[in-house]
Amino acid sequence: MSANLLTLSGVHTHIGPYHILHGVDLVVPRGEVTLLLGRNGAGKTTTLRTIMGLWRASKGTLTFDGADITALSTPEIAERNIAYVPENMGIFADLTVRENMLLAARGAASEKQMDQQRLQWIFGLFPPVQKFWNISAGKLSGGQKQMLAVARAIVEPRALLIVDEPSKGLAPSIVNNMIDAFAQLKKTGVTILLVEQNFGFARRLGDSVAVMDNGVVVHSGSMLALSEDAALQNSLLGLAI
Amino acid sequence: MLNRLLSADLPRSRTLAILLLVLLVGLAFAPFLFPGVKALNVAAKVLIFIVLVASFDLLLGYTGIVSFAHTMFFGIGAYGIAIATTRLGPTWAALGVGLGSALILSFLLALVIGLFSLRVRAIFFAMITLAVASAFLTLASQLSEFTGGEDGLTFKVPEILSPSYEFMDEAFLGVMLDGRLASYYLLFVLAVVLLLALLRIVNSPFGRVLQAIRENEFRAEAIGYRVVVYRTISSILSALFACVAGAMLALWLRYNGPDTSLSFEIMMDVLLIVVIGGMGTMYGAAIGATLFMIAQSYLQDLLRLGSEATVALPWLSALLSPQRWLLWLGLLFVLSVYYFPTGVVGRLRLRSAARMSASGSRS
Amino acid sequence: MKNSDFDWKPVALVPLLALLVFPLIGSGSTWLTLTVAGLAMGLIIFVIASGLTLVFGLMDVLNFGHGLFIALGAFVATTVLGSMSDWTQSDELWRNLVAVLPAMLVAMLVAGAVGLAFERFIVKPVYGQHLKQILITMGGMIIGEELIKVIWGPQQIPLPLPEAMRGSILIGDAAIEKYRIIAVVVGLIVFGALVWTLNKTKIGLLIRAGVQDREMVESLGYRIRRLFIGVFVMGSALAGLGGVMWGLYQQTVTPQMGAQVNVLIFIVIIIGGLGSTAGALIGALLVGLMANYTGFLAPKVALFSNIALMAAILLWRPQGVYPVANR
Repeated sequence: MSANLLTLSGVHTHIGPYHILHGVDLVVPRGEVTLLLGRNGAGKTTTLRTIMGLWRASKGTLTFDGADITALSTPEIAERNIAYVPENMGIFADLTVRENMLLAARGAASEKQMDQQRLQWIFGLFPPVQKFWNISAGKLSGGQKQMLAVARAIVEPRALLIVDEPSKGLAPSIVNNMIDAFAQLKKTGVTILLVEQNFGFARRLGDSVAVMDNGVVVHSGSMLALSEDAALQNSLLGLAI
Repeated sequence: MLNRLLSADLPRSRTLAILLLVLLVGLAFAPFLFPGVKALNVAAKVLIFIVLVASFDLLLGYTGIVSFAHTMFFGIGAYGIAIATTRLGPTWAALGVGLGSALILSFLLALVIGLFSLRVRAIFFAMITLAVASAFLTLASQLSEFTGGEDGLTFKVPEILSPSYEFMDEAFLGVMLDGRLASYYLLFVLAVVLLLALLRIVNSPFGRVLQAIRENEFRAEAIGYRVVVYRTISSILSALFACVAGAMLALWLRYNGPDTSLSFEIMMDVLLIVVIGGMGTMYGAAIGATLFMIAQSYLQDLLRLGSEATVALPWLSALLSPQRWLLWLGLLFVLSVYYFPTGVVGRLRLRSAARMSASGSRS
Repeated sequence: MKNSDFDWKPVALVPLLALLVFPLIGSGSTWLTLTVAGLAMGLIIFVIASGLTLVFGLMDVLNFGHGLFIALGAFVATTVLGSMSDWTQSDELWRNLVAVLPAMLVAMLVAGAVGLAFERFIVKPVYGQHLKQILITMGGMIIGEELIKVIWGPQQIPLPLPEAMRGSILIGDAAIEKYRIIAVVVGLIVFGALVWTLNKTKIGLLIRAGVQDREMVESLGYRIRRLFIGVFVMGSALAGLGGVMWGLYQQTVTPQMGAQVNVLIFIVIIIGGLGSTAGALIGALLVGLMANYTGFLAPKVALFSNIALMAAILLWRPQGVYPVANR
């Protein structure tokens, strides 16, 4: 078993005539939380979408758990127990919370077949999911929707979670809830690739970090090292922590 | 000079230019080159359809709008002439009134339809035009006192244009110089003028904006072009030209009924021609209409031969029956949309461009 | 937070129309006859339209050739029923059903099978290209219609109702045709089955989710293409069933009937909102009622009245009465 669950080598992505990723090299170590940082427009979301197969890499390879997933379709990639929480959360507004969760539980044909114990654990992490179980997901607040999106991603055990800006637009208290939830998730040993603008969030959870700019990864290393090097933070991200 | 005439929209392919020239000469001298009633009828239909399809290309190929209401305007033009001459007598004044009112009606309807497209998406628009066209067809068959109902209207045209009128007693180069000939040349002049006018329109700044809208509506709007206005104008122009084409049809046939100009089959024919000829090219309408009319008239004979030859295999014989020619045309249509999306004209231009760049790189 | 914020306004349109027309018609029994006729026609149209709207909602594919399956179903029924004349000519209802039910089943199977081929060869190559879809599916319909003419001949064929389904029953002064009641029953069964499938099964859940956000459904690990093929085939089969019912309603079948009913179907799904099953039902009922009321009051404007109805609804809600989220 290699130390890296996911590896991207020299990945280029074109969207129509636009060349967004210019040779991304990224490794996501097994069992850790890897942060993908960078300014807006650096190519972070594009990288995540390329991993999920929503956009096809025009060059380079993506390897997951030893297998080449570069040319696979999105459902095939998801079947390998990779869960994706997109920036817009991807909640089905006209379906109830329960139906959203059931949909994500591929192994269950009905609510009864879902892993009840796991559900209870999820309810503990995200109480609103239980509270609004039979309510249309579209009626939830932003923070509640975000919780539902993450809950959906973990309704069954997954090997890799890919999460795009889970704290965006959330009130600080909810962000703290989210951080706690992710910390607990981390304890279960799941590998997480996280895009986050909120550096506090990032610093508390991250083990490794990769910084992107202009479609390439310009720095990778440990989160610890980055958080102790103010000068480096400044030059990469234009902020000091 | 040629540049100005064609509004700088040259064929851009030697093969195409030759074909167009052959077509022009063929149509110009058709009564003398192809004697017989049938051949002249085919030629006249080609002329009419060139105008009808080219006006549709303005809408589909240049503006990117699918509208099934095109035959409605064709029908309005035809009925305009038919009703006016039936009620007011076969005079030029009646023709004027008929055409005039038809044009006004077309203008108004196209305006309403064009403005309506603001509120709905392209797919909705296509379906709505289909519904409107069907309703119009039913209306035409039902308002029998006015339109002659299912049977249509047979009428006389002004004397100069009617077949019995003879300019000279003896034949000229084997052809009688009668009203029929006059009608034909009227159609010919109209077709040429209208096609050149359409070329002028699509190559004008207005035409360029249309193409910009077709490519990227959002961007065009962002740059500052009111998309709805342009689309509506395009829709109106397209309708007006189709209306005139309808008038041409009525003048030639001296008859009009719901099936002659309003039927769904004609709409399909127009679609077939514009796709096979080449969307967004104008010349495609000319080439396509010619190919289509020739095929329609003579392919059926070919199919009949095939059908008789395969009488031993009843299934094959039935498939090759001349009445089933639409089947083969439909197949050709589907295959064209896949493999020939730029149509004959597009294909010819591509080949020419490839040849030119190949020879360019050699030298 | 209540979940019962269901939008009742569009549903109210149906009884509203029926009530508005009552004073114009005058006679209660005539009104009843026309209303039942309208509901029956409406439900038949719903059966046909439900597949089309789901296909569009799910995959953004507009099948202008949907009418082909209607015609196909109707013609297949003429063959099946034609060969079972001793069953159809009996005046015992159960015997008639023994002929009609297999006719419907075979029609659905044939339409579904042709739908499978249609999707594979005509629709699949033009995913995402609306213009080409419109052109090609029309082309496909023409080819199909011509093939129908090859197999069954180009003229219209009678499709007489089986004996026991003919005639009317009297409710007060109103004569209600028996077949219309049967059509209403069948239509409601189909509606019920669709609603049950969409709301109580996982496949239905997938369809409803896919209509809203196709990409997310794929990201959850489902192969939406297979789902789409399934919906397309089901839609074609339902159109075939609708064709049988329509053919029996008119008691005659022509190769052009597909193209004719196509127009009505489009009006229905535009009124209903592309992708919405409930919308298709409302639209179908309104169209069916409108066609029958104007057929009685002012026959010359029947088709126009439906277009006017569509225009009025679009002015109120430009995306249809139940617009589907995320579109």
